[in-house]
Amino acid sequence: MSSANLSKQAVALPTAPMKKRSPWVAAWKSLRRNKAAMIGLFVIVLLIITAIFAEQIAPFGYDDQNLVNRLQPPSAEHIFGTDNFGRDIFSRIVYGSRVSLQVGFIAVGIGAIAGGALGAIAGFYGRHADNIIMRIMDILLAIPGILLAISIVASLGPGLTNVMIAVGIGAIPGYARIVRASVLIVRDQEFVEAARSVGTSDFRIVMKHIIPNSLAPIIVQATLGVAGAILSAAGLSFIGLGIQPPAPEWGAMLSEGRQFLRDNPHVTTFPGLAIMVVIFALNLFGDGLRDALDPRLKQ
Amino acid sequence: MSAEKLLEIKDLCIHYITEDGTVKAVDGMNLEVGKGETLGLVGETGAGKTTTALGIMNLIPAPPGKILQGEVIFEGEDLLKKKAADIRKIRGNKISMIFQDPMTALNPVMTVGEQIMEVVQLHKKVSKAEAIKHTQDMLELVGIPGARWVDYPHQFSGGMKQRVVIAMALACDPTLLIADEPTTALDVTIQAQVLDLMKRLKDELNTSMIMITHDLGIVAEVCDKVAIMYAGNVVEYTNKENLYRTPRHPYTVGLFNSIPSPDSDEDRLKPIEGLMPDPTNLPSGCPFHPRCPNATEKCARVIPTPIEVTPGHFVKCLEYAPGGLH
Amino acid sequence: MHKYILKRLLALIPVMLGVSLIIFTMMYFTPGDPAAMMLGESAPPEQREALREELGLNDPFWIQYGNWLRGIVLEGDIGTSYTTRRDVADEIMDRFPATLQLAVSGVVVAVVLGVPIGIISATRQYSIFDNVSMFVALLGVSMPNFWMAMLLILLFAVNLQWLPSSGLNHGFRSLILPAITLGTGAAAIIARMTRSSMLEVIRQDYIRTARAKGQVESKVTNVHALKNALIPIITVIGLQFGGLLGGAVLTETVFSIPGVGRLMVESIGQRNFPVVQGGVLFIAITFSLVNLLVDILYAFVDPRIKSQYK
Repeated sequence: MSSANLSKQAVALPTAPMKKRSPWVAAWKSLRRNKAAMIGLFVIVLLIITAIFAEQIAPFGYDDQNLVNRLQPPSAEHIFGTDNFGRDIFSRIVYGSRVSLQVGFIAVGIGAIAGGALGAIAGFYGRHADNIIMRIMDILLAIPGILLAISIVASLGPGLTNVMIAVGIGAIPGYARIVRASVLIVRDQEFVEAARSVGTSDFRIVMKHIIPNSLAPIIVQATLGVAGAILSAAGLSFIGLGIQPPAPEWGAMLSEGRQFLRDNPHVTTFPGLAIMVVIFALNLFGDGLRDALDPRLKQ
Repeated sequence: MSAEKLLEIKDLCIHYITEDGTVKAVDGMNLEVGKGETLGLVGETGAGKTTTALGIMNLIPAPPGKILQGEVIFEGEDLLKKKAADIRKIRGNKISMIFQDPMTALNPVMTVGEQIMEVVQLHKKVSKAEAIKHTQDMLELVGIPGARWVDYPHQFSGGMKQRVVIAMALACDPTLLIADEPTTALDVTIQAQVLDLMKRLKDELNTSMIMITHDLGIVAEVCDKVAIMYAGNVVEYTNKENLYRTPRHPYTVGLFNSIPSPDSDEDRLKPIEGLMPDPTNLPSGCPFHPRCPNATEKCARVIPTPIEVTPGHFVKCLEYAPGGLH
Repeated sequence: MHKYILKRLLALIPVMLGVSLIIFTMMYFTPGDPAAMMLGESAPPEQREALREELGLNDPFWIQYGNWLRGIVLEGDIGTSYTTRRDVADEIMDRFPATLQLAVSGVVVAVVLGVPIGIISATRQYSIFDNVSMFVALLGVSMPNFWMAMLLILLFAVNLQWLPSSGLNHGFRSLILPAITLGTGAAAIIARMTRSSMLEVIRQDYIRTARAKGQVESKVTNVHALKNALIPIITVIGLQFGGLLGGAVLTETVFSIPGVGRLMVESIGQRNFPVVQGGVLFIAITFSLVNLLVDILYAFVDPRIKSQYK
């Protein structure tokens, strides 16, 4: 409270210097004007709410079997129908949002933090550190992403945690490259020279000057990365290496429903739609963010 | 006046319509170029010089640009009324243009020869061998060995690139050459060379030219007539001698005062007060009145029309209008 | 140029060594006993132990890795499949044509669809065509391709019965659905990249120069602009090709196509490590060679890059 009052006073003072409009405020303003991005954001928020309140929203449990009611088409009671165990598909999709969100955010978190740190070290210290780190990144990039994830999951074993790790590791090189590139740009600028000349520690320079300056591209990559991570996890589950039944993972639901494609397409239609809508929303928002944060690309 | 009219611009209005407002880049402009003449189009950045040039070529990027009204009469025909296919036959052929920055005006992934040949083959009925020959001749003409036609732009220096651009512009013997600040992006020593080259070639080929510049020194060197532009309008138009001897418009006078003169004893330049007006929000009346030392209350109300103060000397200022400044 | 290619090929060696170490390590730590898989759970422990000894599975990590690597380097032998006892190289080469066919036809679909759509979208920015096709492209990027495959099967194989739903036994016809599946997602990405790259180029001064020469608009776009916009487009096509090699794992599963992707998934299930290791190495080399090819293509597109390749 007191700090809020203080800041109000500061604004009210007539002699207070004009507050410089931060680039983040400008980016948010331009994002606000972007209808598509706002629709994307709306869907993402809706998804988060669904995940938090899954128990309240879902009419059934995700593993409530009712073998009498197997493979029912959509009805008033089961708006998305039931699957081969008579489970309510709508409820499974609602609970599945938790899995997808976790995978998306945690995998991206792993990739962004590990990749960001490696990229910062490589860019800031250069020479040997740079060489070693970036060659390792080259090695990871030489294996197509999904194949790398499959191999990692194979060695760690299936399951939610391992899927997140596998997808996260696959994302590391992307972040490392972005952060390294921004560090290289920032490193030689005069304000960093100035900070160095007054004896600021490396850690402080990285945290205070370099990270904030490479934040915009990381945020964009991360938003689009959440979409990619959810897709990869769904793919892993689809081939049986990801999250295991009966967990309500959307990719796994598609995989299980495959055998009923001919006569009961609704079993796969709804999980498929769920993935698509979420990925679409993340992409809309990510595109909007990129346009807002990178004025060079704006038309 | 003396020469036969080649190009006449009447009442041209070109606006850029953007989210932040309408930019009146060219606003009711009138201009004439006679055959064989060189007209200097002088003004500050943002006065609408380049837009005028692009307007003549019908190359205004649309959107956001829009030609609202006016005529561009070239050899008796209004270019603005021509079909796209017909105007293409004129571009690069009868009217060609030299752009400001030679670094970006050439396509980086095509050889300079291909780029010169392109314009030759578009407008002349020649075989490929003849086109190559002509391309090499053009390069030689601007002082580049013809054998270098297979080189790419990045293999040339800035001044050489501008020579290539000039060769390209002159390849089809245009009747009108529009040069948009052709030397601004070049080093001072190269500037003189390129300018000399253009002057020589223009005389040799008997081409009319519009020289867009903000440099009154260049005007003195190459132009016959001068049009001074301010905020999308020609404010003074006359021949070079009149302009240098008796500048009439307060803006022109201001321009001359802001040039350092070796004969003058004064220590300080006298720049024109104030800044170019915001083109989305031009002042009422005469657009120059907020900066004009002679401005009166009438200048803020009445838009001046061009007055012929002496034969062939037009000034757009109320001072010379019937009724004067009051 | 030759020197550049040689340099790049040499640089591939340490990368591939790294790939081999990573994939070997992962397989080494993969739980499950290959001997048990091969002999069945009921086999007596002595028999399993004997097989483990024979396969070298009881050796320490570095000995196992060293043996594998020595085999590759000295004899060009990537290993022997546990299940079929055949050379892994033969196993892969049996399956590779199907995967390659799939990836190449996917890339063809992607390029044929993506590049023209991107160009038209860029030249008519904010038109209905642009808005609709960019909306569809974003939808394409967002659609999991295994779901797309299922929808295509449902429509064209099950309901309309126009095309086969699985296998590769019907020649060209059996390639159509997998190619569309793989191609549309990539087409969407290529269309988006083509559009943004073209938009960037179209604003350049030399495009205005081309127009000022009296060049027709179609040539301004397709000759002057496109050639300059190609670098990012080629890059993304190369990356997509790698994505398609990997993505084939899923597509091959849905369409029951006997390609390298399915071979790998099966082999992971069977703990058939030599095949997985060989497969990953093989795909990584293919992918790296495609990327090298992309970099070489740059030189043909852009003379400024060519002059740097020394």
